[in-house]
Amino acid sequence: MHTRREMLTRSAQVAGMLAALGMLPGVAQAQTARYNTAAFDAKTMADLMKALGGAAPVESKDVTITGPDIAENGAVVPVGAATSLPGVKRLLLLVEKNPAMLSAMFDVSEAVEPNFSTRVKMGQSSNVFAVAMMADGKVLYAAKEVKVTLGGCGG
Amino acid sequence: MRSTPTAQAVLTLLAACMAAAPTVAQQKSAADGIAEYRAMLADGNPAELFEAKGEDLWKKKRGPKNASLEQCDLGKGPGVVKGAFVELPRYFADTSRVQDLESRLLTCMERLQGFDPVAISKTAFGQGEQLTMEGLTAWISAESRGLKFNLPQAHADERKTFELGKRAFFYRGGPYDFSCASCHGQPDKRIRLQDLPDLTKNPGNGIGFAAWPAYRVSSGEMWSMQRRLNDCFRQQRFPYPGYASDVTIALGVYMGVNAKGAESIAPALKR
Amino acid sequence: MADPMRIRAQAAGDKATVRVLMAHEMETGQRKDAAGKSIPAWYIQEVTAQLNGKTVLTAQWGPSVAKNPFLQFNVKGAKAGDKIGVAWVDNKGDKRTDETTVS
Repeated sequence: MHTRREMLTRSAQVAGMLAALGMLPGVAQAQTARYNTAAFDAKTMADLMKALGGAAPVESKDVTITGPDIAENGAVVPVGAATSLPGVKRLLLLVEKNPAMLSAMFDVSEAVEPNFSTRVKMGQSSNVFAVAMMADGKVLYAAKEVKVTLGGCGG
Repeated sequence: MRSTPTAQAVLTLLAACMAAAPTVAQQKSAADGIAEYRAMLADGNPAELFEAKGEDLWKKKRGPKNASLEQCDLGKGPGVVKGAFVELPRYFADTSRVQDLESRLLTCMERLQGFDPVAISKTAFGQGEQLTMEGLTAWISAESRGLKFNLPQAHADERKTFELGKRAFFYRGGPYDFSCASCHGQPDKRIRLQDLPDLTKNPGNGIGFAAWPAYRVSSGEMWSMQRRLNDCFRQQRFPYPGYASDVTIALGVYMGVNAKGAESIAPALKR
Repeated sequence: MADPMRIRAQAAGDKATVRVLMAHEMETGQRKDAAGKSIPAWYIQEVTAQLNGKTVLTAQWGPSVAKNPFLQFNVKGAKAGDKIGVAWVDNKGDKRTDETTVS
């Protein structure tokens, strides 16, 4: 059961991550229609936790992160991000302890369900986050701990 | 809702459990977790990408003779692919020897297409014509998916090769005095979190011999049985076996005959 | 040109579930080869999907997406006979587009 302190710390973590990724709504940023290199370059959790800005991401039961409790090999970890809420603009998949945390970012149009599954590489056991960026500026997330028995980046 | 322990604590716990006599509860949760992980990956096996390549390579005119493999006899007649995989290795009259899938493909690639089988055997895995072998073995095994292994033992050479395979299986050597049986000679053994099938008998549908070729997620590579055996020899600290050599074919006969009745799930998905 | 994708699209009720397997190394750029040299980053950056020619999904990926990537999503209102196209572009500018019919 999360204490309020844990929840706030968690929110701060996610806010930090999003700020460093340059993706918090309300924070002025140069967004191009093309590849968002800065987002995918965002590195350590320690750096990210310093930077806070914009709306604090809130843990939400209406956002779902699916994944295994334990991955036999970190090279291929099936994960999914979804939300039951209307008005979501983007769904993100983050692996907290990867060298660069953002794995994938999906733009949700009216024509697709806000529900995406893919497979990510995890270097080590880590929290995996599904983040939903809503049209009204709210940022919601869900987290899941995935244990990795053998890191997936060493080949 | 329980509070989740840190990853480190859990791994320490798992390690401790594996070192000492594990409690049933700890063992079940790790095994269940792995089973869940595998089930999540079952749909969408990257081996399908290799199957597609293999089908193309079977039908494509290639090599110095610019011919396809569509007349290749895998044991059920020229060009018959469905059902051939679960009857290999077997005796072939035209070469007067017992051959496994890879060995037979080398024969066909030589005779029909003009390739040099020695050169292919010397090529490192994952390169050149070894990539062709990856695709072909993936597709050919896929064409027997769900069928039960039924290696013929009618020919005297098939029976002799079984006995040779058995001898090779139990042969201890190398600096650690390992044999295949060290890991695969008894049931209910495990290395870390991987179950080790008992290959002296039928270990069940889709297990052991019935689970290769397979896509290995750890390296993102398509492994045929020849590659799997090559790596077993490496892990035993044996010298590498020759590609499609007699000892590898003999081991295939031993394991395949033992697996009689097991359903093939090849090409499978492995760690 | 890159190897083809495997796309399966199955209609179920008022949507179609699309499953894609892409053939791509998805090299992170973090690894070193046997000689100690860095293996350059090589990964899919943009993925798009079309329903009967109209874009329904755009996505950006990083190198931590697994090798030979798998993707599953649901297209609303798609029915049997519709065409689903999937396209990707990687960091070297290589591309691939494949199509399937919803079954």
